[in-house]
Amino acid sequence: MEKVTQALNGLLGWVDDRFPLSKMWNEHLARYYAPKNFNFWYFFGSLALFVLVIQIVTGIWLTMNYKPSAEHAFASVEYIMRDVEWGWWMRYMHSTGASAFFIVIYLHMFRALLYGSYKKPRELLWLTGMIIYFTLMGEAFFGYLLPWGQMSYWGAQVIISLFGALPWIGDDLALLIRGDFVVSDVTLNRFFSLHVIALPLVLCGLVAAHILALHEVGSNNPDGIEIKKNKDANGVPLDGIPFHPYYTVKDIVGVVVFLIFFCAVVFFAPEMGGYFLEHANFIPADPLKTPEHIAPVWYFTPFYAILRAVPNQLGGVIAMGASTVLFMFLPWLDRSPVKSIRYRGRKYKTALALFVISFITLGYLGMQPATPTFTWIARFFSVIYFAFFLLMPFYTRTDDDKPVPERVR
Amino acid sequence: MSNEVMNSNRRRFLTAAATVVGGAGVVATAVPFISTLTPSARARAIGAPVEIDLSDLAPGGLKIEQWQGKPIWILRRNDADLSGLEQLDDKLRDPDSEVEQQPDYASDKYRSIKPEYLIVVGLCTHLGCSPSYVPQDEDHSLGDDWLGGFFCPCHGSKFDLAGRVYAGVPAPTNLLVPPHKYLSDTRVLIGDDSGVS
Amino acid sequence: MMRTITLFTLIALLPAPGFAAGGGVKLMHADVDLGDKESLQRGAATFVNYCMGCHSASYMRYNRIGKDLGISDDVLESNFIFNPEDKVGDTMEIAMRKSDAENIYFAVNPPDLSVIARSRGADWLYTYFMTFYKDESRPMGVNNLVFKDVGMPHVLWQKQGMQAPVYEMVRTADGGEKKVITGLEQISRGSQSTEEYQQTVRDLVNFLVYLGEPAQLKRKTVGFWVLFYLIVLLLPVVYLLKKEYWRDIH
Repeated sequence: MEKVTQALNGLLGWVDDRFPLSKMWNEHLARYYAPKNFNFWYFFGSLALFVLVIQIVTGIWLTMNYKPSAEHAFASVEYIMRDVEWGWWMRYMHSTGASAFFIVIYLHMFRALLYGSYKKPRELLWLTGMIIYFTLMGEAFFGYLLPWGQMSYWGAQVIISLFGALPWIGDDLALLIRGDFVVSDVTLNRFFSLHVIALPLVLCGLVAAHILALHEVGSNNPDGIEIKKNKDANGVPLDGIPFHPYYTVKDIVGVVVFLIFFCAVVFFAPEMGGYFLEHANFIPADPLKTPEHIAPVWYFTPFYAILRAVPNQLGGVIAMGASTVLFMFLPWLDRSPVKSIRYRGRKYKTALALFVISFITLGYLGMQPATPTFTWIARFFSVIYFAFFLLMPFYTRTDDDKPVPERVR
Repeated sequence: MSNEVMNSNRRRFLTAAATVVGGAGVVATAVPFISTLTPSARARAIGAPVEIDLSDLAPGGLKIEQWQGKPIWILRRNDADLSGLEQLDDKLRDPDSEVEQQPDYASDKYRSIKPEYLIVVGLCTHLGCSPSYVPQDEDHSLGDDWLGGFFCPCHGSKFDLAGRVYAGVPAPTNLLVPPHKYLSDTRVLIGDDSGVS
Repeated sequence: MMRTITLFTLIALLPAPGFAAGGGVKLMHADVDLGDKESLQRGAATFVNYCMGCHSASYMRYNRIGKDLGISDDVLESNFIFNPEDKVGDTMEIAMRKSDAENIYFAVNPPDLSVIARSRGADWLYTYFMTFYKDESRPMGVNNLVFKDVGMPHVLWQKQGMQAPVYEMVRTADGGEKKVITGLEQISRGSQSTEEYQQTVRDLVNFLVYLGEPAQLKRKTVGFWVLFYLIVLLLPVVYLLKKEYWRDIH
């Protein structure tokens, strides 16, 4: 036993002389000091990383049997579901993983809104995160065309037409994205390429940048207090604890709890009642016939509802674009000196609550047919949605914030 | 002090337990990932036994069919071919087919159920190229004593008309005889030998 | 933890997105049971005898049905495969070519039925087979309550008999009157009683649900063991491990 340990240490020394293995381990895990008061909301960062791994691994396996052609795509998915050993499991892991990714990311982003994690000095951390989110939306959109069902086809048709609505360049841009006059085999083939290689590469790079940015500035926490302000004689934050082992063992519990929910869906409700896999997508794509009711998958529906709420084509596209891009300006829109919701005043608490309500309501409306009543409700909540961002400089500056303590609770 | 020792023991035990239970989960997860790589139901359906009609095969003729996507050679040998097989023993690596490259019912010197018909998988046992059939009377550069057989263009392995490998070539074993059985005088089933002893 | 559960409950409480519209008709309950192998076998027989004249199930292999429903290769060959060219490992294709179907027999091409239960839903399919009714204005002489102006004939009419619509005049919103169908009545008897016919349709729909996703039989069994492992074995260990380490902090 002693000898084995000695040999391993020797090997580690040999590697360390040539590659910063121990250095990286210490910087990012063993001597990365995270605030000791992380709560429930702090599970979702590591969970997002975990889902990314699930998606990449199952994606590689699915790519082994999927055929990106208009003629064979639908059949090859059913081939995976039936003829390939355990193919159904790979497919459901991947389709459930897509929705799980957005659930985790939305909760991760909500955490930032709760505790002001986007505020100085974490602006770049927030921006890299937002770019990850946009890349993920692209990744999901490209991936959704691949099963080549009716929803895949007409969903892609509608989203690409959004770009077609842009003035002057619109039509040419849409043509360039499709590579054909309609969504076709050519479109499917290039979306496949983007989905399996281009965006995943970008995503992995961005995730690395996101984590590096985090470890440079250090983690925020539910109290919104900078733990680096109070250090002991060795320069270790008094309220910090080493990420490894404390948060690794804690995040493992998070991963297991996540897996319980995730596997419950994968094995017992992979369609999730039509939210994760839509019924109409079990009809092969037919360029001559649109399904009676089309809606994007649930994670895009808040923005889709905003698009439909605006009674003008270009205006709708701009509003939808703005509804996602506005998140990027949060670090500068928020004028409060306080980070965490624990020490914020009533105004921000009310604004955030209204925002969450409007986000969820818009998400629901985006799945429903656009009746006149629903459209008016969508308009009402769209206004609240935008007011959350655009009025933020005013209500945060004048909020009755509470004093922030020196040390975390 | 003793409290601390107890704690560190408990810690070590729980770490080990988590590693073992978690590791078992990882291994179990790997099983479906690996079984996904095995031939699918479609591959197995395509690889099902094939029936081949031999009635149009003239003496000296070679018929190439597919089973499991692999070339299957059916060579109808004439009497001269069969008598030629007996003269080669000292030039071959495994003249008596001792290496398991054929079912028991095809392990005699003709390596076939019926001496007339040789049935082998047409892939070189060296690295899987498909050799070409070179009859004795064809223009070739395999020496004057060549009695006809198969020659692999990839790395120069040579086989006789029973698919037996010559000595001194890269291929280690005789050509593979697939499981097969005769359904009638002129119909043979490749890939299934149930009921044949 | 509590909050996660609340969140999932919220999602579960959302109204499920509907299947393709049923034409405003309230759907009957198919009440299928995938655990009932005999029902699935009867459904499979109905499927190959009545549906596969025109519809394929080209993503499904005969021997997969054999394996899942406990039907031997010999029985498959003698009772389920009608094309002598087809082997047990082949997919359930049909001889009718698409162009023939469109030009000669029907206005539209009969769809492949491999995943029909996943796009339509079991209840819709059950209601569909129950609500064919006589309509001389249609080329096939029948219409359907949930599939208006359906192009398919009532292939099971010899079993069910024929139904005719019961009309009623209702007042429309603008004050006029409109004739609407309020129900169906039996006008000729079939070879099966109502209960027998319901069972036939239930078996068929049961089979179609199975056909839509043959893996679902295995899926739930595997899922049970996976959840058992995660909840009973893994979760306690990692939770205790976390608690043990975090004693340093608290």
